[in-house]
Amino acid sequence: MIELENVSHSYGGSELLCDMSLNLAPASFHFLTGPSGAGKTTFLKICYAELHPSHGAVRLFGADLAGLDRDGVARMRRRIGVVHQDCGFLDHLPLRENITLPLLAAGRDVAAEDRNMAELLNWVGLTQRADALPPQLSGGERQRAALARAVILSPDVILADEPTGNVDWEMSLRILQLLIELNRMGKAIVIATHDMNLIRAAKTQVAARVLRIQDRRLYLAGADL
Amino acid sequence: MKALLTPLGRIAALLASDPEASRVVPPTGFAARLTLFTAATMAFLAVFALALALASGRLADRWADALARTATVRISAPPGQMGTQTEAVLRILRTTPGIASARAMSDIEQRRLLEPWFSPDLPVETLPLPRLIEVTETRAGTDAEALRLRLAVEAPGAVFDDHTRWRQPLVRAAGRLRLLGWTAVLLIGASMAAMIALASNAALAANAQVIGVLRLVGARDIFIARAFVRRFTRRTLEGAAIGTLAGMGVVALLPGDGPDGFLTGLGFSGAQWIVPLLLPVLAGAIGFAATRWTAMRMLRRIT
Ligand SMILES: Nc1ncnc2c1ncn2[C@@H]1O[C@H](COP(=O)(O)OP(=O)(O)OP(=O)(O)O)[C@@H](O)[C@H]1O
Ligand SMILES: [Mg+2]
Repeated sequence: MIELENVSHSYGGSELLCDMSLNLAPASFHFLTGPSGAGKTTFLKICYAELHPSHGAVRLFGADLAGLDRDGVARMRRRIGVVHQDCGFLDHLPLRENITLPLLAAGRDVAAEDRNMAELLNWVGLTQRADALPPQLSGGERQRAALARAVILSPDVILADEPTGNVDWEMSLRILQLLIELNRMGKAIVIATHDMNLIRAAKTQVAARVLRIQDRRLYLAGADL
Repeated sequence: MKALLTPLGRIAALLASDPEASRVVPPTGFAARLTLFTAATMAFLAVFALALALASGRLADRWADALARTATVRISAPPGQMGTQTEAVLRILRTTPGIASARAMSDIEQRRLLEPWFSPDLPVETLPLPRLIEVTETRAGTDAEALRLRLAVEAPGAVFDDHTRWRQPLVRAAGRLRLLGWTAVLLIGASMAAMIALASNAALAANAQVIGVLRLVGARDIFIARAFVRRFTRRTLEGAAIGTLAGMGVVALLPGDGPDGFLTGLGFSGAQWIVPLLLPVLAGAIGFAATRWTAMRMLRRIT
């Protein structure tokens, strides 16, 4: 679904990512690890076309990114749910409207999705907080809201950048549980994290593979975990 | 007309469409108020420029039309020859192509003409006054040079004065004034476009983060642009409507045409009052185009 072929990237200076290839299969479960600053966020940005790599090809659902116009990129992004590291909310809109933003952007009738929305809010446990503004939320609430927004268009792939970044262990497990549920529904999951305990916890439930970015390269980590 | 109505229809549809979608952009208070103010002042000024253009147009037309078709023949001759020369002139005029009518003015009429300059009891009859013949040309006009040649031969004391000499500079001046008025309308429209583009550009730049988020959740450029365009078009329309009505009110209060109206007052006459009412529509279209252009241009720089 997401294919990278010999992708390299640099932000102008020296190369950050070097010659990376990946073919993300449907319903797969991947962790992406690596030291802080290794380029995990950059890698994910390339996966959903926020960044164009300096070299190499990116194919989204079979379409070469280089051949897509801006509207084509927008349509591809609707098929990829992203939980951004900073969540990326619009602070002037209540949580409910932030979560339905992809529906609105895709030109769907937001009112018609009311029941799904109620279910979704219940699933992430934010029914009571739906009318709060993003700055009024706790870290865990923000992460779950970001996840709700990422799945509202029923994408086939979910990319989560540090979804347990600043929450306690209990909340981390709760968020992980939501992602595992999504994986069981057939969605491919990629989680960037440096929390090894989270990876171990996941491995007890799903066949997760671990990708590691180190020294500018992408490795498939061994069975040490 | 249809080419004009399609974009206007699109603008109307945009203004009427889903207000929920425009909520995705936070209120752009300052830039929006700036746009309202700019549109209002520009429309106010445009009303005057328009009034100038239309009034000088009327003036030019009136002068050109009224004066173009009247002329005079002035006969200065010794009293003994006055009668024969007058008759000769009238005969020539009757047989000249392009002359609709010719009539010698009576003493009483000539005296009335002179009264403003002399006292009414001046014995005009005793003065060696030239005889004036009032000539009306047909719409096609006459060949003034040929007429002058004939008059020189048959009535040496007669001078044909077709008013061109002093009419043309006046008509030309009025024409220039009209051109100036329309140029001003155009320049006002252009600077309004520039200012709205600047204001919407500022609003877009201030909302770069919002735009980034919208792009990342899969919004197409046109969806994002519309949220801004809707807002700025509406503000422009509102501002221009206020400015236009204020301008028209002030123009209506200006001292108007006198009954003889030679020096036409600055203003609109009759159906011309409809013309300034088009300004808000035009301004709305300018706001629409300026914002859309800026938005699409800026969006191309965001992934
Ligand atoms: N837009 C940018 N321009 C220039 N350099 C950038 C840009 N974004 C990131 N970088 C640099 O690229 C490197 C990798 O950043 P990235 O955010 O991908 O790392 P990361 O692995 O996600 O780190 P963390 O675990 O802290 O989130 C960092 O050194 C960062 O400073
Ligand atoms: Mg990161």
